[in-house]
Amino acid sequence: MERPVIKSVNFNAFFGTNHVVKNVNIEIPKHNAIAVMGPSGCGKTTYLRCINRLHELTDGATSNGEMLLNGEEVYGMHPIFARLKIGMVFQRPNPFPNLSIYDNVIAGYKLNGLKLSKAEKDNIVEQSLTKAALWNEVKDSIHKKGTFLSGGQQQRLCIARAIAMEPEVLLLDEPTSALDPISTSSIEELFHDLKKNYTLIVVTHNMQQAARVSDKTAFFYMGELVEYDDTKTMFTNPKDTRTQNYITGRFS
Amino acid sequence: MTQFEVEIEELKKEMINMWVLVESQMEKARQAMIDFDKDLAREVVLKEKKRVNAYELKIDRDCENMFALYQPVAVDLRFLLAVLKINNNLERIGDIADGIARYIIELPEPFNKDILEQTQLLRMFDDAMTVLSETKIAFETEDTTLARSIFKKDEMLDEINLKANNVVAEYIKGNPDNIMQALVVLSIIRKLERVGDQSTNIAEEIIFYVEAKVLKHHKKA
Repeated sequence: MERPVIKSVNFNAFFGTNHVVKNVNIEIPKHNAIAVMGPSGCGKTTYLRCINRLHELTDGATSNGEMLLNGEEVYGMHPIFARLKIGMVFQRPNPFPNLSIYDNVIAGYKLNGLKLSKAEKDNIVEQSLTKAALWNEVKDSIHKKGTFLSGGQQQRLCIARAIAMEPEVLLLDEPTSALDPISTSSIEELFHDLKKNYTLIVVTHNMQQAARVSDKTAFFYMGELVEYDDTKTMFTNPKDTRTQNYITGRFS
Repeated sequence: MTQFEVEIEELKKEMINMWVLVESQMEKARQAMIDFDKDLAREVVLKEKKRVNAYELKIDRDCENMFALYQPVAVDLRFLLAVLKINNNLERIGDIADGIARYIIELPEPFNKDILEQTQLLRMFDDAMTVLSETKIAFETEDTTLARSIFKKDEMLDEINLKANNVVAEYIKGNPDNIMQALVVLSIIRKLERVGDQSTNIAEEIIFYVEAKVLKHHKKA
């Protein structure tokens, strides 16, 4: 079996003394889309933020256990390097409001002080926007501010900004929860293309979205990884009663 | 209970009502055959067949609506998929009862007792009715052990069916003036064997729904 891109071994996360992610063991294969679902407060977003070390930015937040990126300990890397390799897209589209679409895409390079020629920048902007299925819609207004775009377009711009850094893994924290159904559908379609080049880990409250977009699904409950399996199996024959109760809406 | 659970329960009740109706069709066809009661046979053909067909359409429509409105998963998804197929299997058993009743309507005189005895037709009818009734109980109580016992009982129906050709051929040799009746008996035996097959399919669907195991096209344990 190919080495997993992300592997967690006995991974735990805490806010102070509050144990929010409990002994998670998971292997995430390359170029797959993984859905992470579970009720509010189950630790799914905390786990996601642990993968690229955003969790440690919160006061009193700690973690232990192994978090490996291609076999290398993420917590042994420089956090900036970890975040370059593991990009993130958040719930609400958050393009830099004062920057143009063009500058938003290459913002990661500018912020990290990486110098690029004009031709290199042009190429990265076009490639990233094309991969995010936005190029055709914005190529004639590339120097307008990103905030003029619709919500769905802004989210795709954020995806373009994340993939401009050529990460291995893209973390998406409820990326469509603030979008209308049409924009949601276009982002979901995009996932199918993106996973050809990246590994996607998507936290979602929308179970049908998890079913539609992911190859594998992880179900978290009260900080524990209850079940992790192929999405088709999870949605037709889940092994754990808690998973079955959650996905069939019988959770109390 | 969620609204979806309420609707699942109602669908299950509807399915059992259809089952009871198909059982009644079979029982009336059997009784009409024994008593040579053409009126009873007409009841199966004219009244009950229409009611079974109406149930089939209603259950299909209910399943379609539940797929569209609730996007069921896991055990709910398996239940609805099983109900769709069982619905179809039951409607076919209804057609079998209808077919048997039509033979009775067309027969000029009652069956000769010897041929009924020699072919074990009545015993086969009883076994088919038992199998049908036990699949209903297995569905109602989600009893997969009972569902599995159907496979063995279907084999008994298959055995009677296999022997039927020789028995009927022998009968015709001894009773060349009663060939038509012998052929009708053979046709009814074939139909009852199909009741066993449809019941086996239903039992497979019950096991799929409850245990998520697919037994179709596999040797039955």
